[in-house]
Parts: sequence; C-alpha cells; structure tokens
Amino acid sequence: MTAVEDPAAPDTPVQMAPAKEVGQARRRKEDARLITGETQWTDNIVLPGMLHMAMLRSPVAHARITHLDVSAAKDRPNVVAVYTGADFAEEQGSLPCAWPVTPDMVNPGHPSIAVDQVNHVGEAVAVVVARTRTAAADALEAIDVDYEPLPVVLDMEQAVQAGSPLVHDSISSNTSYHFVFDAGEAGTGADTDQAFADAEVTVSRRFVQQRLIPAFMEPRSVVVQPTRDNYTMWSATQIPHVLRVMAAMVTGIPEHKLRVIAPDVGGGFGGKLQVNPEEILALLVARRLGRPVKWTETRGESLMAAHHGRDQVQFIDVAADREGNVKGLRCRILADMGAYLRLITPGVPVLGAFMFPGIYKFPAYRFECDGVFTNKVPTDAYRGAGRPEATFAIERIMDELAAELGMDPLELRRKNWIGAEEFPFTTVAGLEYDSGDYAQATEQALELIGYDELRAEQQRRRESNDPVQLGIGFSTFTEMCGLAPSRVLGSLAYGAGGWESASIRMLPTGKVEVVTGSTPHGQGHETAWSQLVADQLGVPFEDVEVLHGDTAISSRGMDTYGSRSLVVGGTAVVKAAEKVVQKARAIAAHLLEASEDDLEFTGGKFSVKGTPGTGIGIQEVALAVFAAHDYPEGIEPTIDAEATYDPVNFSFPHGTHICAMEVDTETGFVKIRKYASVDDVGTIVNPLIVEGQMHGGLAQGIAQALYEEAIYDADGNLTTGSFVDYLLPSAADLPHFDTGNTVHPAPGNPIGAKGVGEAGCIASTPAVVNAALDAVRHLGVTDIRMPLTPERVWRAMHQGGDGGDRAAATSNAQGVTSSEAATASVTEGDQQ
Amino acid sequence: MIPAAFDYARPTTVEEALQAIAEGGDDVKILAGGQSLIPVMRLRLAAPEVVVDLTRVEGLRGVREEGDQLVVGAMTTHADVLTDPLLARYAPLVVEATETVADRQVRRRGTFGGALAHADPAGDLPAVALALDAEFVIAGPAGRRTVPAAEFFVDYLTTAIEEGELLVEIRLPKLAADDGWGVRYEKFNRVAQAWSIVAVAAAVRREGGRITEARIGLTNMGPTPLRASATEAALVGVDVSLETVTAAAAQAAEGTSPSNDLNAQADYRQHLAQVLTRRALAAAAGL
Repeated sequence: MTAVEDPAAPDTPVQMAPAKEVGQARRRKEDARLITGETQWTDNIVLPGMLHMAMLRSPVAHARITHLDVSAAKDRPNVVAVYTGADFAEEQGSLPCAWPVTPDMVNPGHPSIAVDQVNHVGEAVAVVVARTRTAAADALEAIDVDYEPLPVVLDMEQAVQAGSPLVHDSISSNTSYHFVFDAGEAGTGADTDQAFADAEVTVSRRFVQQRLIPAFMEPRSVVVQPTRDNYTMWSATQIPHVLRVMAAMVTGIPEHKLRVIAPDVGGGFGGKLQVNPEEILALLVARRLGRPVKWTETRGESLMAAHHGRDQVQFIDVAADREGNVKGLRCRILADMGAYLRLITPGVPVLGAFMFPGIYKFPAYRFECDGVFTNKVPTDAYRGAGRPEATFAIERIMDELAAELGMDPLELRRKNWIGAEEFPFTTVAGLEYDSGDYAQATEQALELIGYDELRAEQQRRRESNDPVQLGIGFSTFTEMCGLAPSRVLGSLAYGAGGWESASIRMLPTGKVEVVTGSTPHGQGHETAWSQLVADQLGVPFEDVEVLHGDTAISSRGMDTYGSRSLVVGGTAVVKAAEKVVQKARAIAAHLLEASEDDLEFTGGKFSVKGTPGTGIGIQEVALAVFAAHDYPEGIEPTIDAEATYDPVNFSFPHGTHICAMEVDTETGFVKIRKYASVDDVGTIVNPLIVEGQMHGGLAQGIAQALYEEAIYDADGNLTTGSFVDYLLPSAADLPHFDTGNTVHPAPGNPIGAKGVGEAGCIASTPAVVNAALDAVRHLGVTDIRMPLTPERVWRAMHQGGDGGDRAAATSNAQGVTSSEAATASVTEGDQQ
Repeated sequence: MIPAAFDYARPTTVEEALQAIAEGGDDVKILAGGQSLIPVMRLRLAAPEVVVDLTRVEGLRGVREEGDQLVVGAMTTHADVLTDPLLARYAPLVVEATETVADRQVRRRGTFGGALAHADPAGDLPAVALALDAEFVIAGPAGRRTVPAAEFFVDYLTTAIEEGELLVEIRLPKLAADDGWGVRYEKFNRVAQAWSIVAVAAAVRREGGRITEARIGLTNMGPTPLRASATEAALVGVDVSLETVTAAAAQAAEGTSPSNDLNAQADYRQHLAQVLTRRALAAAAGL
C-alpha cells in the first residue's frame, strides 16, 4: 500500500465555519433515551405473528454429522418448524468474505448452518422456530445428533506443520494465505536481510496476542419481517448498509426488496462488523415461512459463536547499531483465522502489516503473515483490528532492544522517532504520516504522570528490596484511521470502497435533518454531527436531527468501524452543508435582489456585504423554497444537498501513554498505580466524547494486558464461556486516567479530525506490559504472556519464561471452572 | 438463558416451607437469594422439578443476640449483614468478608444462609463460618438440630443438610474488639467482583503482648473450607510480632488440597495461602 499520490482527487477544499459548537463539551443528545431505557433495541421489537428462533449449536469442535433427527422437536408444543443444514443446503450459499488478501488465498466457504460437518464448537446445526422464545429453547433438547469426531486442530504453530490434521479436507493445508510486504521489493526501503546481516545488534522475540472476545453489551439480535417479496431486517449491527448488500447477494433476495435497519445498537467494538450466520438464517426462515421471526442470542452463545479477535503468534526481529539507531525490522506472523473466513477475517492482520514500524524511522522492513485455519470460532475485527497487534509488537520490542543496549527506553525512542519537522513523512511501509509531534506529546505525558518522582520511588523500592516493586512503561504509538481511501482499499483487494455519504434536508420550518451513512452504535454521532452542522449552517444545535441506520432513510453508507466516522462521515456532512449553503445563497440573492457575489454568510444569515443586520436567514430560505413562490429561473426549488466523500489518505492519530505499575513480588499481583495518556487525535469536535472514547479504549487495552483471554481446552471447548471465566474489568479494577491532548489537525480533511475510537485500545496494551516488565526486569524477567495473571507474573519471577500457557497448564487438571463446578454438583437439598 | 419449566412454591413460614419441600418429591431446589441457583437453571445445568422460594419467609431474616451468641437468620441478605450493628460489633470478620462478596447487586439479593448452604469452596463466607466455629441450625420434618461448622461442610458443594431439611439459622460466637479480638479477611482475586482464588479469614486474640487464640479459615484451598490448624497451634502463646506470625503462616498450606483451574494451579494456591495468611494475621494482630 502506498500513500495516494494523485493530486487530482475529487476533493474540493471546504471552508470550515467559525467554531462555535465545534470544541464544546456538549452532553450527548442520544444518552437520555439510551440510559433511561426509552429507546427500542432490536430485541424489544414485537411484530404480530412473530416467531422465535433458537439454534442448536455443536458441542464438538470437529466432527462429521452422522445422524440428525429433529422429528421429536417438531412435536414439541408451540413449535412451528425445525430446520437443519440439509433444508437450506441449496439456498444458503456461503457467508461472504470481502477481503481476499492475496490472489491465491484459499476460502473454504462458510455455510450459515452446518450441512454435514461441524468445524468449531458453537456452529449452528439446527434451528427451531416456535411461537415463543421459551418453546424454541425447550425444543432444542429434543433434537438428536450423532457426531463422528475428527482430529481437532487448535495450535497454529502445529497446524502449519506438514502432516497436521486438516480443518478442511477440501484444501491441502491449514494455511489460507501467505501475505508478504517487503519494503525492498516495494521500493519504500532497503533490503531487510542485508540490514540484519550488517547489524551490530539484533533482538528477536516471540510475542503472543491472545484471543479476545469483543463482549459488546447488547447481545446480537435480529428480526426479519417478510411482506410478500419485500423484507425488512432489524439487526443489532454496525453495518446495515454493508449487510444489506451482502445479504442480498447471499440469499438472492433482490437488494431493492431488502431494507435493513440498525436501531440503537449497544456496542460493537468490531464484533458487529459482520454478516452473521444467524442474520442469513433469519432471512431464510422468514422467506420459507412467510412469517416474521426474531432471534436474540444468549450471553453464552455470544461468547461462543460471535466472532473473536486478535490471536496471533508474532516472531519479531529488530536490528540496530550499538548507538541505538534502528536498522531493520522483520515480522513473521501466524494469524488464527478460526474455522472459516468471515467478512474481513483475513484482512485484519493486513491492516496491521503497515503499522509495525510504528513511529520509528526504520530503513528496512519486511512483513510476512500466514492466515491459519483452526477448529475455533472465526476471528475478525476487534477494536483496533490489526493495529493493536502491530503496536504491541513494536512497542514491546523497542523496550527489549533498549534493555539489550543498556539504554533508557525513552531515549531509544527519541533517537529513532520521526521529528515534528519531518511531516508529512513517508514510512518504510509506504504510508504517508500526516502530522504530529511525538516529542511534544511525550513531554506532556511525562509531566502529567509525574515521571521524575515515580522514577525516584522506583529506585527507592529497588534499593530497599520492597516486596512491591514499581515499573514505568511507555507506548509512543501511532495508528492508521479514517478508513479508507477507496483506491488504496482496491489496491489491497478489499471488496468495497472507503467513502462515506451524507445528506442534509432543510425542513420548511428551518429545522435540519442530517442523514449519515455512518451508523453509530454508541459513539455519539448524533451529537457530534449536530455540532458540525450547527456551525456550518449557523443554526442552533437543537435544530439539528441526525438520522442513521436505516437503508430506506440513508440509502448510501459504509457504516462505522476503523475510527472512520468523523474523519470520513463527518467530512461528508461538512461537504453536504457547504452545498446547502451554496444552493441557499442563490435563493437568498434572488430574494434580496443582490448578486450572489455581494452576499456574505455569517451566523446562519445571508446579508449584502456592508449592510449587516439586514438579510435573510438560511432557515427562512428553507421556508421560501418550500413555498416556492419566488425563486430564480433555472434552479430547483430546494436547498437540500447530498455529498459523498472519499478520503485521499488515512489519518494518523498518535500519542504517548505512560503506565506506572506496582507488582507485588510475593503474589504476582499487578496494579496500575497511575496512567497518563496524551493523544493527538487532530481537531476535537467534542472533548467530552473524545475523553469518553479514550477511557473506554484504555479500559479495553488494559483488559487485554491484564484480564481478558479466550481459552479453548484440548478438545476445542471454549473454557471461558461466561463472564465468570472471561474476565472483564469494572471501574473498580481500573485506575484514574490522566488524559490530555495535543492538537495537530489532520491536513487530509477539512475538520482536521484524525479519529479517536480505537486509540486508547491500541496504545495502552504495550504500555501496561512494559510497565510490569520494568518493575521486575531486574529480577531476570524479560517477558510475561498476556494477560498478566498474578500466577503468570509469579511464575515468570520464580521459574523463568513468560509465565506459561493457561490452557496447557490446566489441560490435565482435575479442576473445573467455578461456573461449571457450581453446576455439576448442584445436588438435591442444596439451598442457594 | 431460559430455565426449563418447573413448579414453584412460595411459603411464608418455615413450617410451610418444610411441607412444600416434602411435597416437592425427589427433585426440589430451595431458592434463597438465587445468585447461584438461578444462573445454573438459566444455563439448564440444573433443571429442578420444584423450586421452593424462601423470600417470603420473614421469620428467617434478621440478626438477634442470644446470650453469648449472635443468631443470624438464614435469609438475611448480604446487604443486611453489612448494615447490622450487632454484627459490626461482635462479628466484624463476617462483615469484612461480606463486603468482598461479588458486587452490590449480588449483595442486595444474595443471603448469608444461601451462601453457606451452597458451600462453594471459592465462596467467602464458608471459611469465615468455619473459622468462627459457627453453629448451623437445621430444621426438618423431625424438628431442629444443630450442627457445628466443622461437621457442616462435608464436601464440594455438599453440606450436612439432608434431603427434606432447611437451614434456618446460623449461630456465631461474639468476638469483640473489647476482648482483644482483631480480625482480617484477606481476599485474593483478579477483578473486584470475581470469586476468590484464595482467601484467608483470620481472627486473633491478644492479651498482654501475646497471642492467646488464633482462628484461621481458608477459602478455596480444597473441596471444603479448611482451618489452618498447624498455624493456629503455632500461634498460641507466642509474642505478637511479625517474626512469629511469619513463621506460623509458613505452615498455612499444610493439609490443603487446592484445585488446578484457569485462575491458578495448586502449588501457586499453596504459596498464596502462606502469603495471605501472614498478611491476614499481621493485620488482625494489629502489626
């Protein structure tokens, strides 16, 4: 991927209005209905005659279905139908994978419901349709299935070995693709092997990015209403527009006969950037029965069957000279696809491929990635999608290089990062970083956290051999946001564009409807878009309503992911507003009997230059064109406008995160003492929303470092199948966050925004791990596997290594997890 | 997350409850606060035919003083425990441990008796009851009987409560600060609302610079809560000092048989038991 060089991009410069609203910490206008439960979530939707679906899911990871009898389930009360894969084999097609990252990528196809083989625990094998949700759940127990077990493939490093059992018999190995980016070959850098051959110092590490579960708050839910040959689908999705196109292609329902609505959606984090098997099944069942159907997953189903994230084994080599000048970077990645390729499964590691060099001036770089099939639920986008993996690897290995060289980790970073005067900077990976000042962010963060004091305390604790040691960890990161220039996506073989659409409707009373193709699921688009439009049109914030998430209302859209909404979707809104002003100017000039050139537009009012106080407001123009009694010849009587914006480059938020960590050397317990982050996300439209995004992102990034891990046992069962065992932190477990910002507006869009949705999640994970290691490195610890459970930290201190593999550690154990245990032995007479 | 169908009884007295249990047949579950039973029923890991709900049995709720004992009704909620003045004065160890139970929502519904009758070794209250030598009053068709804590916890999730019986009261000794008692519940878990990986309940009585009695209960160090007997014995009569406490705590894992699970392997739990016992004792002894 190279930065877009074509200056003739269809991007006319837009003048931003004076910022009255932009920059205000407006409380989010959507929150009142969300937090009082007054909104309508998908699962609240009740339609006359609506039926309920429940899925029977495979309890085994890899098997042939040798017998499947649903007749008894059909006889259960209130059951209307029971379907198996055989019932839909001819019409279900394959779930889409939109990103064939290499020309020879192998995609085995992905049925929505298994036909004769299951490839991961949780795969649907039968669907019960009943008049009530409880009847559907009850009838699942009457379905009889026999499985003939096949060897289970779980470990990527074993899966790629010759002779490994195969996940899919139909293909010759467990490797889906081999993706390579070589800066030498691309002409963006020197020869990597030569750089390593010449290097004075090399450091190599193997890092494990554990498997994570997006764990959004609102479970997935879908309702489909068929009306003869028209279909309306409500879904708790991030991507109603993409879903509509894909569902039409999969099911053969003509696109114009399918309307998709995402009502208020309770979180996604990438987990709802998907075309789900259950969404397709709901369409197939509704079409078969001609009745509305609903499916809402349980939390257990969500953790087991919704796509997971991360899951990479990273082999990273860095080359440098003795003075600490970096010379080369080499990454070899194994990325766990799971059993199938879902919407952008193979593309997630590729999104990270260009970010491994981080903010450093590597002269040489090579990246290779194998996408590997295993008998686990597929992976796909999860907050950051590719960039956290890259950021973790580079920020961790910079600390390891610093240790090898005996240098201060911050000094090593300073020596190698891109200087503020060097922007725009084309990296060894071919990206053009837009703007920023890494030194400024770092200085500010050091001050925020009270760095010198912490270092002094660390020294005291070391000298007194305090059982609680203190460590300080850095992450000086950048990421790639504003997905994405369509032509770049095309060059990477992605199946769609990266533009966004917006339209503005001026109502007769002067009120404003903004229709956006960016579909929010918690981000606060309604508030931020209202602030943008209030400034651009000079109308009150309260006069703006933002409409979204319904393909019948917002016909074009690319939806919300990749920190793209404000950068791309917000720019489309600004451009649409500019068109509204242009159209209104012609009408106003006519009404004021003046030349358009003589008009100025300030504070929502057109007036003849030099005669302030007179003139006509844009809201009055809206009424004038509604009446349409008096408007110029040759133009249409409307000032509504639409714009589609295709970005010319990515945007590159950056920042410096510093974590101070206490490690209890007696127990291995780690506790964040202080956390400071200074982020440059460009121009800030709403500081309150930005801070909220930072806090949430930090919580998730810290959670990867300390708490979250999806674990499968040796048979391929998800052991962390509930929130008892898949640990999410609460506010009680997280420190106070000291957040700050520097502002270097993104030059690529008129707002100057860079994106903030993923920054905290991307940056924080390595800062936390680096901090823990800094606390115990003097005890001989050089790595601890994530999440940093107390036991792992303790074992790394007392037994060496990285603390070990939790799944392996317990595979032969008698022990059971708390939830299972509670269960297994609820005996008679127990009083609970 | 939908339980299988079941019959439901909601008695208002202990007698009615016993009758409902008797009539319920072979597969009865008694519902107290429901913080363990309801989740496993929703997962269909338990599917009782009859659920007898005790939430309307007012007589099972509350704390009273009887001579040198406190009597806690089995249906007293954790939230009630946290605000009870008698418990605060005479059983601060119970209060301290209860503060660490799960989260605010769970403590609002969950009950003292329910948690003890469930007897999850990772639960916080069984080890406390054991350390305090609590007595369990169990009602049954043949009347009431009292079982000491040492005999109440029989095995993993199994207690001395027989089929057809009901836990009605828990009797606790008064361990007041005025009498030299200091207490500490030292809990080790990964996130605030999680189960204990290991926890230690300690009560230490001091007199004139010496320890006269120590009671130590261990959470999640075996299929039932355990007493750290060797440590207790080693502490009697010793000077109150970090050295004596540390030496005694080194024996805390003796006789334990903790499990291996995702949170910890057995050897690590045994190590934790020693560290946490030392810390709990030091805090309880005012060091």
